[in-house]
Amino acid sequence: MRSTSDGENDKTITWPVRWLAGLGGVILRTSRRSLGALGGMQLLLTETAHQTLTGCLPGGKRLSRGALFFQMVRVGVRAIPIVILVELALGMILPLQTYPKLDEFGQAEQIATINSIAAFRELGALMTAIVLSGFAGASIAAELGTMVTAEEIEAMEAMALKPVRFLVVPRMIATVIMMVLLTVIADVVMVFGGYLTGLRLGVDGQVYYQLTREAVNVAGFITGLVKAGVFGVLIGLISCYLGLNVKPWEGSEGVGRATTNTVVYCIVAIIGADAVFTVIFYAYGLFN
Amino acid sequence: MNHAETNQREPVIRVQNLTKRFGSQPVLQGITLDIHHGEIMVVMGGSGCGKSTFLRHLIGSIAPDNGNIYLFGRDITTLSEDALTEIRKRFGILFQSGALINSLTVGENVALPLREHTQLDATTIEIMVKIKLELVGLREHADKMPAQLSGGMKKRAGLARAIALDPQILFYDEPSAGLDPVTSAQIDQLIIALTRKLDVTSVVVTHEMDSAFTIADRMCMLDKGVVLKIGSRSEFQRLREAAADELKDENEQLIRQFLRGDADGPITRRKERSDYEEDLMMVQTRADA
Repeated sequence: MRSTSDGENDKTITWPVRWLAGLGGVILRTSRRSLGALGGMQLLLTETAHQTLTGCLPGGKRLSRGALFFQMVRVGVRAIPIVILVELALGMILPLQTYPKLDEFGQAEQIATINSIAAFRELGALMTAIVLSGFAGASIAAELGTMVTAEEIEAMEAMALKPVRFLVVPRMIATVIMMVLLTVIADVVMVFGGYLTGLRLGVDGQVYYQLTREAVNVAGFITGLVKAGVFGVLIGLISCYLGLNVKPWEGSEGVGRATTNTVVYCIVAIIGADAVFTVIFYAYGLFN
Repeated sequence: MNHAETNQREPVIRVQNLTKRFGSQPVLQGITLDIHHGEIMVVMGGSGCGKSTFLRHLIGSIAPDNGNIYLFGRDITTLSEDALTEIRKRFGILFQSGALINSLTVGENVALPLREHTQLDATTIEIMVKIKLELVGLREHADKMPAQLSGGMKKRAGLARAIALDPQILFYDEPSAGLDPVTSAQIDQLIIALTRKLDVTSVVVTHEMDSAFTIADRMCMLDKGVVLKIGSRSEFQRLREAAADELKDENEQLIRQFLRGDADGPITRRKERSDYEEDLMMVQTRADA
């Protein structure tokens, strides 16, 4: 900005150039930052996998079971009521929305099919992941970020303790396990929610149960759980990465930013991964 | 303290021509320093002089742009991560805030390095933890969480953890920062006592002059990433007590001002010699254009 312009003409010519250059700069910087973050996350994932494997092998440094259990409770157990609430509501909403149209064709009982397919293949895992992004992801990012600003991470490194093994591995494993378990609960609860609505709308309970049994196959159930596991990895990875990447001098502002970003990135990543997986499963004919 | 004999031996820490820049900002510009067995070396300097960065180089958490750092005769700037891990087990560090793991009790914090780096059984570790905590006077607080401790107690707990593995070097980052004078004096005494009792080498980074003169065997003054002076405590004491016009050398005058904490002197005058007028003119020029 310090360079002085030579005249009016010069100014009018340069503003679009400058504007474009500015835009280009923003795009360049953003993409470089995102690439950097992706690279960092990939490194963190590799290191976590490495530490997990060596921790499981005989002779390797054992991982703390206590820490894992603690994280599982913290990540998942407290989220159970919320997951149940959300999935129950979804299970009641979806049949209500589809019922009028289905009833027109005299197929009202098909709400069971629609609801159970939606639950097992899609919404069970997806909604659980979104709940956990806010519930576990944000709290992990905030916790690790605070540890960075309190010099705890640096202290661990100086004590030759690996933060990845100590902090990331239990959180990541806990998120994956709890994602899968919560998804099982979510699936069942959502089907139950549909069942309640069905009863209210006059769909026979026996029929509802029968149709649900027919609609849900093993492949559908498993693909849902696979997705849940991947969502778990994403939540654990993103929250740990952003939390550990708070800089010590950023203080609580950095922690706040990491927390917010975690929720946003998690949701975007989860839905992106969901799209990719659904396409893959569909292409391989797992949904027939 | 007479360290004449020990000075003949290989230094425990040898820093040679250490340079580091963050972006375009030079932080350390060629630091060379030897620290010998059993001494307390105090590294001083104003805010932003690079002393914290210097300490972070010594513990291997930052890699230098240039230069070498030898701990126990091994150059840590070229070591692999695994070899560095082995070196790290041989020194302890007390961070400014204590840096205790907040989710663990005081006792568990002290036990952590023992659990991870030794094959000791639980009973032995418990005994060791009690010994270390007793050394810093916190044995009865083993079951408290760090959040329940005062600032001084946190530092003492951090110190107990730092000495858990019986290190040969202890690093202290601003040990008296944020403490009241009495607690600060207690920490000073603890540093001296531990260094003598455990026969370790201590490196203390601080800007608290009273504390520095209490604990130091030798002192090192940093300014703008450069070593201004390395010398014994008595040499620095002489500079501190000298009259202003006695000192001819500008560096000595600068050190004197720092040691005495005077508001007026070469450090503050340096800042006044800035481009203030030029800066004001600049605004005018820009407005005219």
